[in-house]
Amino acid sequence: MFYREAGDFKTSYTDDSQTFPIKFDRYRYYVVLIAAFAVIPFLINDYWVNAVLLPFLIYSIAAIGLNILVGYCGQVSLGTGGFMAVGAFAVYKLMTAFPEISIFIHVILAGGITAGVGVLFGLPSLRIKGFYLAVATLAAQFFLVWLFNRVPWFYNYSASGQISAPERSFLGVPITGAQTAPWAAYLFCLVFCVACALIARNLTRGMAGRKWMAIRDMDIAAEIIGVNPLKAKLSAFGVSSFFVGISGALFFAVYLGAVEVGEAFGINKSFLVLFMVIIGGLGSIFGSFAGAAFLVLLPVLLKNTLVGGLGWPTDLAAHLEFMIVGAMIIVFLIAEPHGLAQLWRIAKEKLRLWPFPH
Amino acid sequence: MRQRLLTAVTAAVLVAGPAFADLTIIDTSYRTGPYAANGIPFSDGYQDYFTLLNERDGGIGGEKINLVECETGYNTEKGVECYEGTKGAGNGALLYQPLSTGITYQLIPKATADGIPLHTMGYGRTSSKNGGVFPFVFNYPANYWDGASHAITHILEQNGGDISGKKIALVFHNSAYGKEPIRTLEELGKKHGFEVMLLPVDHPGQEQKSQWLQIRQQRPDYVLMWGWGVMNQVAIQEAVNIRFPMENFIGIWWSGSENDVKAAGAGANGYKALAFHNLGSNYPVYDDLRKYVVDAGKAAGAGDQLGTVLYNRGMYAAILAAEAIKTAQEMHGTAAINASQMRDGMENLDMTEAKMTALGVPNFGPEFKVSCQNHGGNGYGAVSQWDAAAGEFKLITDYYQSDQEVISALVAEDSAAFAAENGITPGC
Repeated sequence: MFYREAGDFKTSYTDDSQTFPIKFDRYRYYVVLIAAFAVIPFLINDYWVNAVLLPFLIYSIAAIGLNILVGYCGQVSLGTGGFMAVGAFAVYKLMTAFPEISIFIHVILAGGITAGVGVLFGLPSLRIKGFYLAVATLAAQFFLVWLFNRVPWFYNYSASGQISAPERSFLGVPITGAQTAPWAAYLFCLVFCVACALIARNLTRGMAGRKWMAIRDMDIAAEIIGVNPLKAKLSAFGVSSFFVGISGALFFAVYLGAVEVGEAFGINKSFLVLFMVIIGGLGSIFGSFAGAAFLVLLPVLLKNTLVGGLGWPTDLAAHLEFMIVGAMIIVFLIAEPHGLAQLWRIAKEKLRLWPFPH
Repeated sequence: MRQRLLTAVTAAVLVAGPAFADLTIIDTSYRTGPYAANGIPFSDGYQDYFTLLNERDGGIGGEKINLVECETGYNTEKGVECYEGTKGAGNGALLYQPLSTGITYQLIPKATADGIPLHTMGYGRTSSKNGGVFPFVFNYPANYWDGASHAITHILEQNGGDISGKKIALVFHNSAYGKEPIRTLEELGKKHGFEVMLLPVDHPGQEQKSQWLQIRQQRPDYVLMWGWGVMNQVAIQEAVNIRFPMENFIGIWWSGSENDVKAAGAGANGYKALAFHNLGSNYPVYDDLRKYVVDAGKAAGAGDQLGTVLYNRGMYAAILAAEAIKTAQEMHGTAAINASQMRDGMENLDMTEAKMTALGVPNFGPEFKVSCQNHGGNGYGAVSQWDAAAGEFKLITDYYQSDQEVISALVAEDSAAFAAENGITPGC
């Protein structure tokens, strides 16, 4: 009944190869976009934006970035936190050095700088694979955090080593700093999130994505059929770091406003984003969103239910939250090792045939 | 996915409505994570004192206190979530006490824009002492730079006023918190001619072997520590292991609680820590606390922290908050004050010995008076020492004032930089 293909005729190749070939899916996607751009901004307040929507959007971008590297190209990376830090510090240096330039451009530039750093740290991937590569990227994580802690130039010689986002605006609307309206911060991040998802989706459907997947599935075979591993691996590192850098820049400038590199971009952040990718589904853009939603929203929901709703002590709730989230991760991974994206795929397959499965 | 998002959000907002009450105080505590051992006693003391006021006096000026607790885990992202989730609680939050320098840095612009005062007692951004630039931030009665100066004064006293050529190491939590005293120590080093050796320890601080190896090799005369949570215990244990003379090891007030030294056993005897309030439970207010709060089963947490250093500090924070509320109520002639009136109360707070005696805490902290120019008190602090046999910290010096000459210049410089960066016109 839903997701019905019958009667949905395609008369051109363009129609046939679009992102959402099924009509129902396509309309659902438009409805979600309209709701996100035209409805939610009018309904939200500070709490929704700062506790729920901004972290969700920003982690989604990071998860998309990491998914390109891990899910599509098969290169395990534990350096996400470090690359997010590069984005954050790049945008900070740009914001303070060129205050007259729009924050929008700064965020994109920060992504570009992170892409460069990512390519540099991706070089070892040409020689090492698997767990060994994970260890090499782990070195990037620790090195970058150490660097931003150690060199005062990066934090403009402030006494505490903290970086704080000064007030910057886009088209006259403040985007960073305390005067930011909730809708402005939300829309700013949403634009980046949607753009990143679209770019990532189309990259992975095109030649670049096929090369990445060929490398992931079997790098020697890929090389034999003419995929250049140097270009494919480094482009994956570059594109992935670009997205991760944008998410780091937004995380610092729009969401938190002040960060401390060791606390905000430590190894925990790398693991968190990696878990989002694994739980959401490796090699799926939708999975990146689902994983981010799962790990950002579930703790907030649990906390509000247990403390706000049931009135339990905060420490008990915090401990239970760890247990419940941990247990759910295990349950999900046992029930469906390919993540939430696979569950969604199966649900869609069932819905296609429903109510007549045979 | 969006559907799940929406249901989650709706449910979150539906259940987030807190109880309606008059004076809402937020306790952003952390009872979980690597800093819980220090977070729990502070939060217990903070909450128990407000419970006492509610139970014994029926609140402050007839208005009950609604204490909302929010668990941050010392994590800035959760801190933001807590702030946004609680700032509208009841009739609006009156005061935040984040107990985390990282969260404080985040909340300074947010709380200033929302007009809610922050009290960062003995932590946070030191230059917020300048009320002209930071109208909503208060860090009385003492700050990190005062602490650095107190430690040096104590060392000066022990060496007959001359410490030129000495080597003083700073073992610090590698974060905004730990880095705060560095500049002050460097300035004081120039003034008194001692050498500063910096040894950063990364969060959470369980791995300190290399730092203490360096101390063993380079033999500094004194070690200062800016640590918190599990880092304190590890550092003190390491110091014991390398047989560093404990009386030459001085921690900031956040590194001087029972949890930090007990693990190291008798070896920790003689360890020193700074303090900006008195210690122990020998105060009349404790009789009331036991009678109205603990025995009535209304104590926060497990109710087993009474009389510990950090419990006293939490209680002191609550006393200062309650006195600021009273001041605000008198100033504005209304019992149900709002956040901006609370700010006025804090800015005109005058803590005198007579007041403290009346509250049942005689000689508990130094006298100080807050003003628009000075949100940080007068910078008095003392040194306490751990007595492992008795199992308690004792003050071993009088309160002395920090080197105002050095610190005032640094405060003026740092707050001017903040004002320039953020386009604030300083004014009182």
